[in-house]
Amino acid sequence: MSLTLLLVQILNGLQFGVILFLVAAGLTLVFGVMDFVNLAHGVQYMIGAYLTASAVAATGSFGLGLLIGLAAALVLGLVMEFVLFRHLTRRDHLEQVLATFGVILVATDGVKMIFGPAPIALSVPEAFSGSIALMPGLLYPVWRLVVIASGLFVAFLLWFLITRTRIGMLVRAGSTHPEMVSALGVDIDRLFLFVFAFGAMLAGFAGAMAGPILSVEPHMGDTVLILAFVVIVIGGIGSVRGALVASLIVGLVDTLGRAFATDLLRLVVDRSSAAQAGPAIASMAIYLFMAAVLIFKPSGLFTGERATWTK
Amino acid sequence: MTSLTPLSFPARLVALVTHPVTAIAALALVVAAGQILDQGFWVTLATRAAILALAALSLGFVLGQGGLVSFGHAAPFGIGAYVVLIAGEAGIRDVLLLMPLAFLGGALFALPTGALALRTRGVYFIMITLAFAQMGYFVFSALSAYGGDDGMSIAGRTTLFGARLFRSDEALAWLAIGVLAAASAFLHRAIGARFGHVLRAARDNEARTAALGFSVFRTRLAAYMIAAGIAGLAGALMAEQTGFVSPSLMNWHRSGELIVMVVLGGSRRLSGALLGAIVVVLVEEFLGEATEYWKFGLGLLILAVVATRVVDLPRLLGRRA
Repeated sequence: MSLTLLLVQILNGLQFGVILFLVAAGLTLVFGVMDFVNLAHGVQYMIGAYLTASAVAATGSFGLGLLIGLAAALVLGLVMEFVLFRHLTRRDHLEQVLATFGVILVATDGVKMIFGPAPIALSVPEAFSGSIALMPGLLYPVWRLVVIASGLFVAFLLWFLITRTRIGMLVRAGSTHPEMVSALGVDIDRLFLFVFAFGAMLAGFAGAMAGPILSVEPHMGDTVLILAFVVIVIGGIGSVRGALVASLIVGLVDTLGRAFATDLLRLVVDRSSAAQAGPAIASMAIYLFMAAVLIFKPSGLFTGERATWTK
Repeated sequence: MTSLTPLSFPARLVALVTHPVTAIAALALVVAAGQILDQGFWVTLATRAAILALAALSLGFVLGQGGLVSFGHAAPFGIGAYVVLIAGEAGIRDVLLLMPLAFLGGALFALPTGALALRTRGVYFIMITLAFAQMGYFVFSALSAYGGDDGMSIAGRTTLFGARLFRSDEALAWLAIGVLAAASAFLHRAIGARFGHVLRAARDNEARTAALGFSVFRTRLAAYMIAAGIAGLAGALMAEQTGFVSPSLMNWHRSGELIVMVVLGGSRRLSGALLGAIVVVLVEEFLGEATEYWKFGLGLLILAVVATRVVDLPRLLGRRA
């Protein structure tokens, strides 16, 4: 286990964590503001990647394609909220689960019908292709650094929006005391529309950024969705700060676990049992971490009482 | 709501049609007809419906009676299947050993995960059950000794005291229907017993139930483990039917489909899950024959059901819960 390899894996973990953050940030706000279970958030990630890939293919420019893809993801979020989701917010969780699961089935097969089940191409833009030497002997793909940087920029932007603007203040208040905010005369449905569409756009952005690294295929949202749930459980519902910290932890634990678990186990047990057990333990790592958080802080690392009282 | 006036004829008809015994008898009839008329496909379809009905029944128990929306029911289901695979590799194939082991496998998975998930409520509970189920999926995907991602075939059909009693698909169908009937009877008794009353009371008002001196946590955990054990039985039967076990049995889409079955049929009665499972298996079979995109149709059906608020089909037909 060389230092270079460790550094590369840490960067990979950060990059993965940043993608998770972009998905989880919107999801945690939707949960927090409306106490709403949105399983279809992974679909918005997947569709964002498809929209961007199509727009890039049509325009021939990644930047322009990304802008069009993001605008389309935002519009799609608005339409979905208007057509379906606003009617679900007052229903119980079971119906929300059911309806958003229905959306997943329809969207996944719908995308398969239009684009086919095979992955489609979305390549790294010219300017950011290739690798850069961070240290002597440490070459790292530029695009992954761009992903990390843009994720951290979005985190900064969200911090600014949430702590320094009026709408952010409403979102903060709405995520802990929705009834009170509503009683003070704020149209909480319109707040939800804004939060939902913005979250959809962030998920779409995550899909577009991850597209060149992973593959753009109909089921790409599934894994990310469940990991985003883990992130939100660890970070605490409604907390963007919690989502940021938890996604970086989950990204790092998962990546480093997969890279080094077998090697570490080899120090304790023999080679063949390490090769057997290593991958299994690595894949459990983040869930065990989630379990540990739940034992000590059942409502997550960064939020207070909301989850423990009511529903 | 019990009414003292005698039920009208259509209401009694609906009561008869939605009775658990009717659904199980219908499955048995299809198997018998398939056996007599030599229609192997009928037998296979009825077995599949019985197995999924068994899984949906157990989910319906925690979901309907306990009010616990578990989104991870595919995990004990898949574990039951892996118990068959792993025990088979170790030379254990007797049905009287396999079934208790599968039950135990599901229930033991539910013990720690349920104890953690039950510390939380609502959205958290849904997400945590889903996350733990996904953990199971990845762990079995990583077990290269048992096929890893690709899965592997089981050593052979289950036996009884060394006799290859379940060699034919018909015999396996009867086994599945027998287990389904036994599980229905057991859960029916559990619902009527004090345990079931406490479970429902906790669903309706947790604080009051706790104030009466009942341990809500323990009751829920017991229900959660029983349901997982029965799902394990269903998974074991699925492994026996297909002869093949892979992590895809534990895919989270299956958890979602089980919820769809339960809600489609009505979650307040045990029979709802049976009817819902049969409906979904039929939709899957006949839409699946017409198009490879059958899930698109299932998704539209789910959205239509939610949109029209017609979640409880028997209630639509005039029977009160």
